[in-house]
Amino acid sequence: MPEAPLTPADATTDMPVLEVTGVTRLFDVSRPWLQRVLAAERKLFLRAVDDISFTIARGTTLSLVGESGCGKSTVARLAVGLLRPTAGEIHFEGQPLSTARAQPALRRRMNMIFQDPFASLNPRWRVRDIVAEPIRAFALARGAEAVRGRVEALLTQVGLSAADGEKYPHEFSGGQRQRISIARALASEPEFLICDEPTSALDVSVQAQILNLMRDLQDRLGLTYLFISHNLAVVRHMSDRLGVMYLGRIVELGPAETVFRTPAHPYTRLLLEAIPDLERVGQPRTPVGGEVPSPIDPPPGCPFHPRCPLANDRCRQEKPAHARTGEVLVACHAVEEGRSA
Amino acid sequence: MSAPLLEVRGLTVEFPTRRGILRALDGVSFAIAPGEVLGVVGESGAGKSLTGAAIIGLLAPPGRIAGGSILLDGARIDHLPAEAMRRIRGRRIGAIFQDPLTTLNPLYTIGRQLIETIQTHLGLSGADARARAVHWLEEVGIPAAARRIDAYPHEFSGGQRQRVVIALALCAEPRLVIADEPTTALDVSIQAQIIALLKRLAREHTTAVMLITHDMGVIAETADRVAVMYAGRIAEIGPVADVVRAPAHPYTAGLMASIPALEHRVARLAQIEGAMPRLDAIPPGCAFNPRCPRAHDRCRAERPELMGAGATEAACWLHAPAHAESSPAHA
Ligand SMILES: Nc1ncnc2c1ncn2[C@@H]1O[C@H](COP(=O)(O)OP(=O)(O)OP(=O)(O)O)[C@@H](O)[C@H]1O
Ligand SMILES: Nc1ncnc2c1ncn2[C@@H]1O[C@H](COP(=O)(O)OP(=O)(O)O)[C@@H](O)[C@H]1O
Ligand code: SF4
Ligand code: SF4
Ligand SMILES: [Mg+2]
Ligand SMILES: [Mg+2]
Repeated sequence: MPEAPLTPADATTDMPVLEVTGVTRLFDVSRPWLQRVLAAERKLFLRAVDDISFTIARGTTLSLVGESGCGKSTVARLAVGLLRPTAGEIHFEGQPLSTARAQPALRRRMNMIFQDPFASLNPRWRVRDIVAEPIRAFALARGAEAVRGRVEALLTQVGLSAADGEKYPHEFSGGQRQRISIARALASEPEFLICDEPTSALDVSVQAQILNLMRDLQDRLGLTYLFISHNLAVVRHMSDRLGVMYLGRIVELGPAETVFRTPAHPYTRLLLEAIPDLERVGQPRTPVGGEVPSPIDPPPGCPFHPRCPLANDRCRQEKPAHARTGEVLVACHAVEEGRSA
Repeated sequence: MSAPLLEVRGLTVEFPTRRGILRALDGVSFAIAPGEVLGVVGESGAGKSLTGAAIIGLLAPPGRIAGGSILLDGARIDHLPAEAMRRIRGRRIGAIFQDPLTTLNPLYTIGRQLIETIQTHLGLSGADARARAVHWLEEVGIPAAARRIDAYPHEFSGGQRQRVVIALALCAEPRLVIADEPTTALDVSIQAQIIALLKRLAREHTTAVMLITHDMGVIAETADRVAVMYAGRIAEIGPVADVVRAPAHPYTAGLMASIPALEHRVARLAQIEGAMPRLDAIPPGCAFNPRCPRAHDRCRAERPELMGAGATEAACWLHAPAHAESSPAHA
């Protein structure tokens, strides 16, 4: 591939910002070597992410939802280069991720926001130094005066005041700390942000402030988001496209509106059905039974079959491949056979 | 409402600190009838857990009840000697907390923990107590209960452990259950199962439930009435449908509007500016006044108590009889 363009102005508009192709990630969860040999056990692998593919177009948000342990954070860490795929490929701005990350000019264009705004900020640094760090690291402003001006602009942009730069993280509330994390993530002037549960540790009223801020910044700066959450209502508010994960696989992927309006996969339907909702005051529900199986020992065939109301013999033996209906990809035999309605 | 099972009047909880006394709860009053589920919602730090802890006599020192009273079946249970309170806990009040592992002893089988509780509080013999324990495990939906009763807590999944905790809280047939964030650590599909279970058991055994959570969706589907807490006080209390659909207090209205809906997408979520004040900086008058779009002079000078506001009660001057524009808060 020829040299990839470095600024969005030259970028071919239809080239996805991120392209994930057939990515699998295994974790070695064997017992220590000696114990394993003594007990004559084989190595044990956990398939945290299993052959997933998706692309994210510039200026849009792709969200991943699913229950705890389904592999969302692992995808986030793969996408930002903190983990390497066991198999498959990831391209950022048209280049292999490892090549892209070796170039500071490309590396600074992706950044990550984490769930816990407490753990991710250095408690001994003043907020102005926390936010200035990426500016200095990538030499994005020259001279103390220019750096300070940039920090103040970033703090104002996320709804804090310039004077807040003098304080330490512990002097802020949870929502304010998440604003500081966002200011720091924006400091390297990224175009692509990976957000792993950015509001899950926050109260709803604070969550609304942060989600509004993230959408405003996307509109103003043309940001691209990979947005991860277990909260479907939040995801609906944020996403253009949506991927639903179950046991390491994306079971349904498509335009968010379509997936919410006409969920096709039985697991997507179960999730939507299970969410407690204000609209359902006083309406009792029949909860769906069963729990997510262990990813170390996933069921054969379709991993959802032990909980699926539509499961049959084929589902118990054969893993469903993705099939396309309109703009939506679904991995389900019942959908493919047309017996899911 | 029939005679209340639990009645809390003017409950005030304080923490003496080096910098002075922090008042964490300030005049909290409410009641719960037998078989009723009262939801308690509010932002973190609003005082939900402290209210629960004060009722079951488990305030962490130096926290103390500095005023008010707590009545169970008409008799005061605040300031009881520790031994008397221990007997009430378990027998008459059951507790369910967010993390099942804090409730379950990892060293004992779940059967042993259930049987001990049943023997202590109901005085049943060994064999009868064991049969009852199996019955409760079946009630909460543990498959193959008769066999699983001899398993240890770590042998169960998170959702199953929370079911065991519910069995443990209910097996002595208490009249009141205090559940503090019982599903917050669980996935949505498991959460729906646990909530439905709690609600069914409460109805069948006419147990009163105080369900503490910050998730308004859970409250909407589970509770009969709801109390909304803000900065150590109840801002609004009333039937759940009224509080959700026609909130009378501006804080409740703001809270409801800030929740993203599953049904449709909006361009922008409504947001309440600012943050809840810290305990050492609660503003005079109405604690919500610096963030309230309807604040007026009286709000900054005088503190509102709960007053009738349509179908609910709200601590807000907009609902004072003398207030000229007594229009609903969400107008
Ligand atoms: N470093 C690791 N070593 C071994 N197993 C791991 C490791 N990291 C993740 N896993 C396992 O991989 C699976 C996916 O984990 P991941 O953190 O991606 O889940 P998640 O979807 O983000 O869940 P949550 O909603 O709880 O954050 C889980 O079973 C997890 O236990
Ligand atoms: N041991 C303590 N010492 C001092 N303040 C406390 C203590 N425990 C709780 N608080 C304060 O009391 C208030 C209410 O706490 P809590 O009931 O736990 O809130 P919630 O459950 O609504 O999140 C908070 O401001 C909290 O910081
Ligand atoms: S493939 Fe079968 S078991 Fe899996 S989701 Fe579809 S119908 Fe259910
Ligand atoms: S009393 Fe005043 S400040 Fe408080 S909620 Fe009512 S209108 Fe707002
Ligand atoms: Mg995660
Ligand atoms: Mg709490």
